[in-house]
Amino acid sequence: MITIINYGVGNLTSIKNMLNRANVDSVITAEPEVISEADKLILPGVGSFDYGMEQLHKSGLVDTLNQKVVIDKTPILGICLGVQLFTEVSDEGKLPGLGWIKGQTVSFTRSPLTGNLKIPHMGWTDVFQYQQSKLFADMYEDPRFYFVHSYHLSIDNPVEVLVRARYGDEFAAGVERENIVGVQFHPEKSHKYGYKILENFAKYY
Amino acid sequence: MIPSLLLHKGGLIKSVKFKEYRYVGDPINAVKIFNEKEVDELAVIDIDATRNRRPPDIKKIAEIVSEAFMPIAYGGGITTIEEVKEILFNGVEKVIINKACVTDPALVSEAARLFGNQSIVASIDVKKSLLSGKKVYTDNGKVNTGLDPVNFAIKMQNAGAGEILLNAIDRDGTYKGYDLRLVHEISHAVTIPVIAIGGASKVEDFSQAVQEGASAVAAGSMFVFQQPHNAVLISYPSQAELKQKLYGLIS
Repeated sequence: MITIINYGVGNLTSIKNMLNRANVDSVITAEPEVISEADKLILPGVGSFDYGMEQLHKSGLVDTLNQKVVIDKTPILGICLGVQLFTEVSDEGKLPGLGWIKGQTVSFTRSPLTGNLKIPHMGWTDVFQYQQSKLFADMYEDPRFYFVHSYHLSIDNPVEVLVRARYGDEFAAGVERENIVGVQFHPEKSHKYGYKILENFAKYY
Repeated sequence: MIPSLLLHKGGLIKSVKFKEYRYVGDPINAVKIFNEKEVDELAVIDIDATRNRRPPDIKKIAEIVSEAFMPIAYGGGITTIEEVKEILFNGVEKVIINKACVTDPALVSEAARLFGNQSIVASIDVKKSLLSGKKVYTDNGKVNTGLDPVNFAIKMQNAGAGEILLNAIDRDGTYKGYDLRLVHEISHAVTIPVIAIGGASKVEDFSQAVQEGASAVAAGSMFVFQQPHNAVLISYPSQAELKQKLYGLIS
């Protein structure tokens, strides 16, 4: 059973539907009591960094999540804004993040070479694997995923960078440390590639 | 390579020259089939909303998004920023604005400013009239705005649209191939991506549109009917065929 955390950041049903297709039970909930009992968590989200943190605080979930993730070591998968909230701080906002991962969420650099890049980065993009991970176990060849984001992860410890992608410059498109794993792209919008990610999270974490 | 699905009275229809509606099935069922086909993106257009002066059906949109394992562009009846916001919040990646591009270009600018240019698609329907040449039409091809498509496309780019969905009404549902001259004119007048739609019957048509400057291609009939008898059958070219005939041209 996977618990999808609903903190008021968009439509989460496609994640649940994709898990259904992988024969994985899941529940979408905002209840701290339900989340405390979870075996595995997904923290999704679209929107701005501060909005996401405010919503987590408003829902009274920050303490629960710290207990689950930091103390109990419950596996958690962050998606898009979700994984950005794992970092300490973001260029996009003023509020501190959850701080589970040492690093920041930063804007795309507008170097002369990348000056024409349109922000947000939207579209199907190839990723390349940076470290061995069960999240990418048995992945199809030439994995590509759908991205929608204006900011990206900048991870202090390179060993924790799970996967990278290129949009102008290379950026960290995923992170993994112990029970904490997250991806910048949307597995729930990435067909079989995303399906494999969700399936692997359910199976191996 | 974007299938375009038209919502009408709760079902999916396909038109010929924006008329002669033919029922082709249930939207959710179609989305599920397109999941299996691994389409890059799906456009869903509610052709009743503007006509009936009603706002987008958020519940229906959310229902479709929930079943779609690919990005979705939605159009139909959008007149306010709040609607744009709500549609994006419900899991849609791009909103397609058609009539409001003409009546309220400030909506395009404001939406692009708030949600990013890439989220905003200006949809331009073009029809040839015997006397005055190609003009921009609205209201499902019923109202001639008298506007010149090239100038209007430039105006939409300046307003902040991230893409132009260029629909040749005269080709819609005809299988005669894209209006390549129109694709050429518009693509060369703007720097934002132009998505051609109207008239495709085979992958070669896509290649031609791309060669004329289209950044992407969309189609309706080709993905929902099977030749030669126009039986309803949802299909999508294999990734292998696309790779061979199309992707090389784009990158």
